[in-house]
Amino acid sequence: MTFETRRLILAGGAALALALAAPIASAPAEAQGKTFRWANDGDVNSMDPYSRNETFLLAFLQNIYEPLARRDKNLKLEPALAVKWGQTSPTTWFFDLRQGVKFHDGTPLTADDVVFSLNRANGKGSNMLGYFATVKAIRKVSDFRVEVDTNVPDPLLASKWAQIFIMSKAWAEKNKAETVGDLTKNEENFATRNAMGTGPFKLKSREPDVKTVLEANKDWWDKKVEHNLTEVVFSRIANAATRVAALRSGEIDMVYTVPPQDTDTLAKDPNTKILQGPETRVVYLGFDVFRDELLYSSVKGKNPFKDKRVREAIYRSIDVDAIKRTVMRGQSFPTALMVAPGINGYTKELDKRPALLKPEQAKKMLADAGYPQGFEVTLDCPTDRYVNDEKICQAIVGMLARIGVKINLRAQTRLKYFAQILLPKADMSFYMLGWSPAATYDVHDVFINLIQTSNAETKKGQFNPGRYSNPKFDELADKIQVETDTAKRNAMIAEATKIYTGDFGYIPLHQQAVIWAARKNVDLVQTADNSFQIRWVRIK
Amino acid sequence: MIAFLIRRLFQAAIVMLTVALISFVLFNYVGDPINAMVGQDTSLQDREKLRQDLGLNDPIPIRFARFVANAAQGQFGLSYRTAEPVGRMILERLPATLELSLVAGLFALCVGVPMGVYSGLHPKSWVSRILQAVSLIGISLPTFLIGILLILIFAVGLGVLPSFGRGETVKLGGWTTGYLTVAGLKALILPSITLGLFQLTLIMRIVRSEMLEVMRTDYVKFARARGLTSRAINFGHALKNTLVPVITITGLQLGQLIAFAIITETVFAWPGVGQLFVTSVYSADMPVMSAYLALIGFLFVTINLLVDLLYIAIDPRLRTAQAATRAA
Repeated sequence: MTFETRRLILAGGAALALALAAPIASAPAEAQGKTFRWANDGDVNSMDPYSRNETFLLAFLQNIYEPLARRDKNLKLEPALAVKWGQTSPTTWFFDLRQGVKFHDGTPLTADDVVFSLNRANGKGSNMLGYFATVKAIRKVSDFRVEVDTNVPDPLLASKWAQIFIMSKAWAEKNKAETVGDLTKNEENFATRNAMGTGPFKLKSREPDVKTVLEANKDWWDKKVEHNLTEVVFSRIANAATRVAALRSGEIDMVYTVPPQDTDTLAKDPNTKILQGPETRVVYLGFDVFRDELLYSSVKGKNPFKDKRVREAIYRSIDVDAIKRTVMRGQSFPTALMVAPGINGYTKELDKRPALLKPEQAKKMLADAGYPQGFEVTLDCPTDRYVNDEKICQAIVGMLARIGVKINLRAQTRLKYFAQILLPKADMSFYMLGWSPAATYDVHDVFINLIQTSNAETKKGQFNPGRYSNPKFDELADKIQVETDTAKRNAMIAEATKIYTGDFGYIPLHQQAVIWAARKNVDLVQTADNSFQIRWVRIK
Repeated sequence: MIAFLIRRLFQAAIVMLTVALISFVLFNYVGDPINAMVGQDTSLQDREKLRQDLGLNDPIPIRFARFVANAAQGQFGLSYRTAEPVGRMILERLPATLELSLVAGLFALCVGVPMGVYSGLHPKSWVSRILQAVSLIGISLPTFLIGILLILIFAVGLGVLPSFGRGETVKLGGWTTGYLTVAGLKALILPSITLGLFQLTLIMRIVRSEMLEVMRTDYVKFARARGLTSRAINFGHALKNTLVPVITITGLQLGQLIAFAIITETVFAWPGVGQLFVTSVYSADMPVMSAYLALIGFLFVTINLLVDLLYIAIDPRLRTAQAATRAA
């Protein structure tokens, strides 16, 4: 009797046992060459380089497509598809193209492809229009020279266009992908799933949200190939714990988004390592200094944030080093500026936070401003945008409670958060934001978007929902925009920086850390813009 | 019969519309999709223009009417996240979910029934007690925890099974299958166990209690008195009579498996529709969310309709009841 039932149990688990006993699937590609496998929490949303202005998408597509001038390991520009560029007059740029460059289908790169790509990126459906705000005309001069006229002098054009990739004109026209996919139509664009560039890797296969396979481009123009890969497999693993487990088991070689709580485990594991450094993004707090009465405060009839003493008392009561120690587990880089090292215009001498105040000193400052009892105000915070964003805000609530400023925390997911706090609604009194000048890698990007007086017509101060405004700063920022003399420009940047820090207009907190993890046998280069370039990966 | 069918189809249409309306209204609380679509330095004017172009500024009734009109023609538009056709995105991911649910269901049956039979026949043996304890774990541990534990043991610790993905798949027309490759089958093991464990426990407990019941009945005693082998009694007579509720439950649970697959798919990076839905919620990808819920609604309405029709076919009492009401 028992024999029967036991047999049944055995039979039930037979398939399982058989499958377990089967030999471990060996990686067949390893015999012929090196395959690099890596993963991220989200997929590359499209293969079209102008469909999204996202760090991850642009970094990924830079393996397939290339810009005119690209960034090196220190984020400086170096020749890529253009060998030489510059300005023939304050409003004219030229780009001399590299000869002998071939697209992945073997067709040669010419000025036609460049003009086509730039116009496509500046056309309907593109998300890169911001990179073309100053552009008046783009024209082909010869097969290997392109010129660009701008409306106003634009010293940063070549730098901005390191994010604009060049696509094959013939390929796009053949596949009816002359413009970027239009979301309001019900038809797919060929370039969302396919790619034709000149980069170090070719797109081999693409399964959205599953895996994207690249293979090395043997005919790449750049003969100084630094990678030793034949194939690259990118997988999407949304769950943090699974991603870390896959790295530890050796199924993948590198993880791009590492959950902060797992960095210790991975650093201790003998097979894996952690790479970290400061990111170019600065996380900061801003005040509503515009309204005559705050929307969310116990103070009626006036706006306490209009008083510099109040801003200073709050600024100097937030202990960013304590936030680094406790909330960020050491993975942040406290700052006094709105820009990070590595960005053009970062002034190291000015990156010093004023000393912390004792609670009594801060309370006295508030009393002098007319708030001896302190006051109550709401702080808006995202819950899923920056590393530990909500926890940072909670820590700040505690720090400000000591000086009598009672903070009500309103934390929301990013999709609701930004709709609430950003202009035109700016439905907040005190907010958190993070910004990386990813378009230009220049401080002016921060000035014009975050600090200049908000004005819908001139498109300045568009991300300055607290509407901080200083005419002297505005004047300097306008001059910095068109100044081509580096020494003069840097002097003005330093002056402008002193204005906003002296005003305590914002509370810069820190740069969060870029954290990647990899197997020990993988060499890779981490840049401060969090842009992962596979062309620098070597597997030992 | 035809009147009944028409009535049911009419009801189904109303249910579908209600599901669509509720989900549509709910999506407006997920957040603003525009912020998930554009880069940080897209100007406010461009954001507003995009919102206008996509019709997100129109009142909800108008947007809903537009959605229903398009959906009725099978048009679900393009995803806000990837700019791909929503219908194809769902169809591409459906095989992964269905294959996983099927294997998980078979696993629950093939392991759950023998376990239940054994512990029903030998309720006092120590093996049964262990099985009971194990089944408690299956009920009480949350799915994601079981998944992570299995990954830590079999992928990180022993290194015998993959921790994520479907392994290698083979394309058969529009269907991708993981059943035909070794890597694909191995990739199925951990997710199927994770997904099927709860159902396994359920089935084992039902079979066990039914077995205990049946073994006490007179016909089993008579069969034993006639000198039949225990094999014939246990499997030929007893088990057969316990299977009716098991089959009912399994059928009902198939829908549950597809729904529960959301968590399992996320843990194992299983590229199915559940994971697609979760991703879409994070980026407020309304076209995909609407289409997914419409699909699920359609699935359940269809299953219910079929079940109702089956009842009438099987149970003569229902037919006469209907005739009676018609006469009255």
